[in-house]
Amino acid sequence: MRKRGKKRAAALVLMIMAAGILAGCAKQTDSGKDGTLTITNVSYDPTREFYQEYNKIFEDYYRDTYKNGITVVQSHGGSGGQARSVIEGAKADVVTLALAHDITMIEKSGLIDSGWIKEFEGNSSPYTSAIVFLVRKGNEKNIKDWSDLIKPGVEVITPDPKSSGGACWNFLAAWQYAKVSYQGDEEKMKAFVADLYKNVSVMDSGARGATTTFVEKGDVLIAWENEAINTVKEYPDQYEIITPSISILAEPSVAVVDENARKDGAEKASEEYLKYLYSDKAQRLIGEYGYRPSNKKILSEFSGKFDLNVNLCTIDDFGGWDAAYETFFADGGIFDEIYDN
Amino acid sequence: MTKQLVRAGKSQRVIPGFGLSMGITLFMLSVIILIPLASVLVYSFQLSPREFIELITKTNVVNAFKTSLLCSLFAAFVNSVFGLILAWVLVRYEFPGKRIMDGIIELPFALPTAVAGITLSKLYSDTGVMGGFLGLLGIKAAYTKVGLTIALIFIGIPFVVRSIQPVLETLDPRYEEAAAILGAGKFHTFRKVILPELGPALLTGFGLAFARGVGEYGSVIYISGNNARNQTQVVSYVIMQKLNYVDYPGATAIALVMLFLSFLVLLLVNMVQVHQAKRTSCL
Repeated sequence: MRKRGKKRAAALVLMIMAAGILAGCAKQTDSGKDGTLTITNVSYDPTREFYQEYNKIFEDYYRDTYKNGITVVQSHGGSGGQARSVIEGAKADVVTLALAHDITMIEKSGLIDSGWIKEFEGNSSPYTSAIVFLVRKGNEKNIKDWSDLIKPGVEVITPDPKSSGGACWNFLAAWQYAKVSYQGDEEKMKAFVADLYKNVSVMDSGARGATTTFVEKGDVLIAWENEAINTVKEYPDQYEIITPSISILAEPSVAVVDENARKDGAEKASEEYLKYLYSDKAQRLIGEYGYRPSNKKILSEFSGKFDLNVNLCTIDDFGGWDAAYETFFADGGIFDEIYDN
Repeated sequence: MTKQLVRAGKSQRVIPGFGLSMGITLFMLSVIILIPLASVLVYSFQLSPREFIELITKTNVVNAFKTSLLCSLFAAFVNSVFGLILAWVLVRYEFPGKRIMDGIIELPFALPTAVAGITLSKLYSDTGVMGGFLGLLGIKAAYTKVGLTIALIFIGIPFVVRSIQPVLETLDPRYEEAAAILGAGKFHTFRKVILPELGPALLTGFGLAFARGVGEYGSVIYISGNNARNQTQVVSYVIMQKLNYVDYPGATAIALVMLFLSFLVLLLVNMVQVHQAKRTSCL
């Protein structure tokens, strides 16, 4: 009887090992190469409509230039979650995410060669955005600038920067306003953002969730300009956009996932895909979809759409993403300090 | 010698196929449950003991544990009461539309949780139908613990109903008749005859509803508001915060503690169940 017990234990161990081996074998095989190349663009939520259009013009351009077909597959979701899925092995040849920090996380896993941020113009951000306010039509609470958001009775909706990378821009924009208003007096700046986040009634896990919540409640949604533009386009009689005096230039970054692209033999095509985002045609498309084109000349063509007078700081004013993350959003950072207490 | 022993062992079993089915069981258990759980352990051990303690004793983490456990317990309790009534009505009475009602019970299983979450938060917000009504009574539902618990009740109810139904169906009405003949009142019959029979099934339903509530994410995050200050962040939300910044050790450490706490509660439920089974078998 004891021997049987041993045998059973041995069988169990074998089974666990077999399972491990099976898991190890589940390696991805390359997609069939029948002339047309397929590349995958892993992106974040609000770019879906833009990339649907962009992929069409890029596929045409690629066929005309290289006499070879190409298909672009796109995937969308929360920026941080998308970065994680790439780290965990999702097949992405290029990533186009909400902030450089998400791409840096992929870089740390070894899939992206270091120095990616210098690979394309303007910190590898072919399009940018700003942080603005979305208010209900008529702007009853008379919200004009950040200082109006800390008034008692104003209900603010913004996503949780601890959960959503995109929401970090919202916080940093408010911080920059406080910095200018209080001439860098850190205690007063903290008090200001603490007051602001006291008025935040619902903190969703991501930008899309926050927009859904804002439909139901709240006086002001702190949002990316491109999302605000699209919301107003969809519901013109319900909302309007307020651009504050100071905001931050949100720079969604793009990068080739070198390791995957090499494996797929799609290095050149992936690079071309991102490079073509800087072409005049693509830049105009970018403007049409509510992002600010990085090309200054084309940006000025859209001066009716974007408030070009807003004073925009950049992430470099905070010492880059890694530094900003450590100071503000890591556990025990300034955000924890002003929010948990 | 061994062969003989094995043979002897084999011949003692009346139902064939033990070796194969046990093998499959162990295989599935290890692939689907044990290996993922082991990897949770491995990941969380990347933290030093000090980091581990620091992380799980952080105010927002402790609050999330409290919120998740208390709201799930409360929701499971409410579900046990109303699930019992629902199951009773569905089994014991005949009425038109019974089949449809029976089917509706399972909808929370079939609905994607995020859809349920968004629908519930719209319904229970100040401008929603239910939220407006509750607002008149001075209750704020959406974006508070009330709303959170409502979502947990919603996703947990099928577990209780479906656990009790089969037992109730096989419960012999003659017991109740006997009790009535012996002079027991209706309440007395329910408490002394029906409830002990249903006890184990009720506890199973309670345990399942609770476990589901503790791990719930999709239906909860939209209605809870995820506000650390109002303590409406649930554990799965805090875990997602960590995951979104690719902090696997942090996320799995919290998950490990959650797993341990849920295990404790389920163990307790099981112990009560065993205790109860012993008592009923003595009767």
